[in-house]
Amino acid sequence: MAGLELLSDQGFRIDGRRPHELRKIECRLGVFRQADGSAYIEQGNTKVLAAVYGPHEVRGRRGKALHDKVVINCQYSMATFSTGERKRRPRGDRKSQEMTMHLQQTFNAAILTTLYPRSQIDIFVEDLFETTSIVDFNHFEESFGGAEVIVATLPRSDQIIFLEMNGRLHEDHLTAVMDRAIAGCKDVYHIVDRVVREHVSERSAAIGSEINNG
Amino acid sequence: MADIILSEAEKIFIVHGIQDNFREDGRSCDDYRQMELETGLISNTSGSARLRLANTEILVGIKVELEEPKPEKPDTGRLEFFVDCSANATPEFEGRGGEDLATEIMNFLSHSYSSETVLDLKSLCLVPSKLCWVFYVDVLLLECGGNLFDAASIAVKAALFNTKIPNVSISQESEDTELNVSDDPYDVKRIDVSRTPCIITLSKIGHCHVVDASQKEEACCLARLMMAVTAEGNVTAMVKEGSGSLDPSSVSDMMQSGKKIGQELNYKLLEKLKEEEQKGLKRQTVGFLR
Repeated sequence: MAGLELLSDQGFRIDGRRPHELRKIECRLGVFRQADGSAYIEQGNTKVLAAVYGPHEVRGRRGKALHDKVVINCQYSMATFSTGERKRRPRGDRKSQEMTMHLQQTFNAAILTTLYPRSQIDIFVEDLFETTSIVDFNHFEESFGGAEVIVATLPRSDQIIFLEMNGRLHEDHLTAVMDRAIAGCKDVYHIVDRVVREHVSERSAAIGSEINNG
Repeated sequence: MADIILSEAEKIFIVHGIQDNFREDGRSCDDYRQMELETGLISNTSGSARLRLANTEILVGIKVELEEPKPEKPDTGRLEFFVDCSANATPEFEGRGGEDLATEIMNFLSHSYSSETVLDLKSLCLVPSKLCWVFYVDVLLLECGGNLFDAASIAVKAALFNTKIPNVSISQESEDTELNVSDDPYDVKRIDVSRTPCIITLSKIGHCHVVDASQKEEACCLARLMMAVTAEGNVTAMVKEGSGSLDPSSVSDMMQSGKKIGQELNYKLLEKLKEEEQKGLKRQTVGFLR
């Protein structure tokens, strides 16, 4: 085939990674002081900020409230300068609406929604630099085409809570691809889990010293 | 705007403090809060800056593009401002909720940069009435901690300072003009930001006025004067905002202190930007990882 191949003969990708390798992930919690929860995550060049508000009273239309579980409200937007070509609008286009729906679906499954009836949790995600999915293509690989499988799992119980496939993939490959994707989810989980633990121990140490001093 | 609700007693506490030139966080009336500024942190933009002023967080990305000049100004380039209030700042901004505030900031920024003396826009024109550089200045508001206009203008100025425009060579062959945009990241030119303005917001609280009002102070303020001041002390735009009224003598008082503080702020900002630039490639970008 003329042009570029996704994998070289030696089995390396264009940026030198092996097929199953994730890009470097860095993460920080508590980026914003006003949000109830916030995080920043960087994976290679992909940079994302997220803020969570709630659970709080249902805002706006009261009819939205559910009597037996919490309303999960998500919004995904991309900074206008985040893509190679400047975007005109930060949200409202098809891609951001699709991402919003993905987030909504994922978190409806991941959160124990029955714990907070008649309330609402807001999840806002701001993409600062060219997003890629969790299986972690780089932008070139993503735009190159080929089948794409997006999976989100609950790592402790190995349950799949979100699954989407675009493009065409032979049935025989599906299991292998899924296994790889689930392994990728676990890798990400271990990294994020470590950051969360570090953050919590740091915070609790700070609170502890405040109590001792004051 | 993302307002907070204060009780009458809390307001009185803040107003009395300001009367004694001692604000609730220990500042005097013409002190700014601590700023954290970093430039060049978004690699797919021509220029970018992140500013954190206490709890106010602003990210600016500038993309330069080659386009046709406006017919009424065929020999100049132009700046296009866009402001987006992220829902990360407050849930009220979700959907179209932040649009009013965004338009307000956007309009005042474009007013303050509309003066011809501010930037040498003529140098951004390559072929009159055919081709010029357009700066798309995108401001992203990530957290509201008061004084958004000042913070946005400082971040814009820093991002403009950081903006690198690729050098273009033009060869004219009979009818066609052929462009050659350099793709060498070091073969670039910069723009002179020494005459660009910073916005200073003076909030009238009680009988005094303060700069860089925090969110709580903004809740006590009925009228404010926003002015775009350059390093030379020229005012390129001014607007009175809020439901209260101001008498002419206090307007002139506010303008005096706005001019003084504006000049100082411009001077300090440029000094720090140059200092950061001198670190060159050795500097590590921190971004949101701190």
